[in-house]
Amino acid sequence: MTVAAIPQAGERAEFRTCTATGLKVDLAAERLIIANAVAAVVFLLIGGIAALLISLTRWQVIHLLPADWFYRLLTAHGFDMLVAWIVFFEVAGLYFGGAIMLNARLVQPKLAWLAYILMIVGAVMVNGIVLAGKADVMFTAYVPLKAHPLFYVGVILFAVGALLALGIFFATVIVAKVEGRYEGSLPLVVYGLVTAAIIATYTLLSGALAFVPALFWSMDLIEYYNPAFFRNLFWSFGHPAQQINLAAMVAIWYGLAAITVGAVPINEKLSRLAFILYILFINLGSAHHLLVDPGPSFAWKVTNTSYAMYLAVLGSMIHAFSIPAAVEVALRRRGHTRGLFEWLRKAPWKEPGFAALVVSMFVFGWIGGVTGVTIGTEQINMLAHNTLRIPGHFHATVVGGTTLAFMGFTYYVIPLIFRRELKFKTWATWQPYIYGLGMALVAVGFVAAGIQGVSRRHWDITFAQAPFQTPVPGTVSLAMAVFGIGALIAIVGGIMYLVIVLASVFTGAKIEPRQATLMIDPPPAMGYLSDKEEHNRKLQPHGTWVIVIIFLMFFAAYYLSNWWLLGRLWIVR
Amino acid sequence: MIAPPRIWWKPLGLYERRWLLIAFVWSIFLTAMMPLWFFLGRQNVPATTYRVEPADFQQRVMAFTEQYQVDTLNGIPVVEPPPGSDVYLLARQWQWYPVLKLKKGETYRLHISSVDVLHGFSIQPLNMNFMVVPGYDYVLTLTPTTSGEYAVVCNEFCGIGHHVMISKILVTE
Repeated sequence: MTVAAIPQAGERAEFRTCTATGLKVDLAAERLIIANAVAAVVFLLIGGIAALLISLTRWQVIHLLPADWFYRLLTAHGFDMLVAWIVFFEVAGLYFGGAIMLNARLVQPKLAWLAYILMIVGAVMVNGIVLAGKADVMFTAYVPLKAHPLFYVGVILFAVGALLALGIFFATVIVAKVEGRYEGSLPLVVYGLVTAAIIATYTLLSGALAFVPALFWSMDLIEYYNPAFFRNLFWSFGHPAQQINLAAMVAIWYGLAAITVGAVPINEKLSRLAFILYILFINLGSAHHLLVDPGPSFAWKVTNTSYAMYLAVLGSMIHAFSIPAAVEVALRRRGHTRGLFEWLRKAPWKEPGFAALVVSMFVFGWIGGVTGVTIGTEQINMLAHNTLRIPGHFHATVVGGTTLAFMGFTYYVIPLIFRRELKFKTWATWQPYIYGLGMALVAVGFVAAGIQGVSRRHWDITFAQAPFQTPVPGTVSLAMAVFGIGALIAIVGGIMYLVIVLASVFTGAKIEPRQATLMIDPPPAMGYLSDKEEHNRKLQPHGTWVIVIIFLMFFAAYYLSNWWLLGRLWIVR
Repeated sequence: MIAPPRIWWKPLGLYERRWLLIAFVWSIFLTAMMPLWFFLGRQNVPATTYRVEPADFQQRVMAFTEQYQVDTLNGIPVVEPPPGSDVYLLARQWQWYPVLKLKKGETYRLHISSVDVLHGFSIQPLNMNFMVVPGYDYVLTLTPTTSGEYAVVCNEFCGIGHHVMISKILVTE
């Protein structure tokens, strides 16, 4: 390990050279990455305990918790998973991408610690006030359902901290360029992270716009806060917050493909175009939540819900092709060129990062993406709004997709940044499959129940204590059982992840890693394709082409069958 | 992971060009379906909305209930309004008021609003869902096309009694 002190622009930065990649690692950035990643995992643990308890309540056969604790823990689960776990991990990812991947120093580490403290205080405050029973308002906190002022203060502090971290990331990337720390254009992974950070900036500003008046209203300083207006502002925060995850996850996908099979993007222009489409259009998706609200017109809803002609969906469909294609081409270059799918058979299935990549892409695209576009269609939303189809969709995207990709990425961060040997490597191989299977069952169970009208955020679908009862059909019980079993499998996968991470961080041997991969030899560094390779028929992504065509047929079948379902409803206008 | 070569904006490969084209056509199709259904389909999201004071709305619901009440069900009035008329349904923590009795094949202007927090208007097992927002009178021009007993459940979290908020719509031949 060599440490060089390089005074630059008045700030001192200390570096070590990574023994596996040759990158220079800023030690201040490294410490911040470790702190943020640990915080992320702690909130994943809290959110996971809540997940276990609310799943066992929602699964009507067990019905564990009383109503108040179900709603309380559902609120905590939403915040800890959708905000705390993911944003802490993303901040760690941004510091990694902005400083370490660019060989650069992190600017103003002290401010980055301030951001960290703000986020910790905010997240602890939200958890405390929710668990104290003073904020049973769900993650969405729709006005005029009132929470204790500290709930809003906590959310605002967290958002301010995250905004500060974003500013530090942007400054780091610019300073890296100015100081000539890297050659040429940004690597695609960092480019994707910049995309995520740009989306995050306007997302968090919208969050502040929604929550600051809500704070004043909860303190009785404002008498009236228009609930429809709050919904519009809240979803300008709530939905794009998930698009930050999307962009960060896609960046991590490219990263995992590079680490595990040595994939290089087959066409940088196309992949970068897809990220630009996200920045330009994805925020319009906020309107998906207002499709059956009183107020907005048909034209407003359609323009927004379609992301101006589904151009953000086009971005995702580009990645859905270009990432598997990059993997296929990389494996074909190593000689696996027979037939359509030899490359798939020879792929490193036991490498945790590759397993996480494949499972994450599958659950995200085939379940999350397809169901999301369908329920986000203006008229079809009447069939889906506030039913379990909504959590079905976002458990496939945010959990089976983003969370799983982040989990897979952690297995590489531990040796490279924490410099601890990863323990239980065989577990790490199995974990993405187990977690992915569980989450897929959760999503499918939810969607199947939601199609039959079961509502989300509901303690008792039998209405046992209500003036009227409604029979629960056997098909609903079956769907909820699929969900319940899936939840338990996913919990097992989650526990495996936490055990691997905590055991490695606290008891793993201190190492200077020689390679990035865990279970296989590192893939040969191949660089970008030469002109001759680009025209070699054997190196074309034939297999990926077949996969994406089957995907599109599945997509079309699901989408069109929903129009058929819609046509059977009562006439309404 | 690595920085791309100096010139990275290369022309697309054959498969990439084809996929981009197919995906773009699919996006256009997805977009076109919504206006197409708007003009040709029979189920469209209502847009008619009026601002209303919650207290005024409650008064209208009470007057409407008194005028057309025909029965009582589990302590809640059952109301049978004439076809084609304005029908009112009130959402409040944690009850729908009143129970509605409608005729199959007839069209009603159903006004829904809330006097306290947000609620979700969900007709089950038919599975039609709309938001109920206090301060806004949302008008659904609704024609039941099937008869029977339907549940109205609340599917937007509205407080601790959320899961007992249920009522009925009875549709007769």
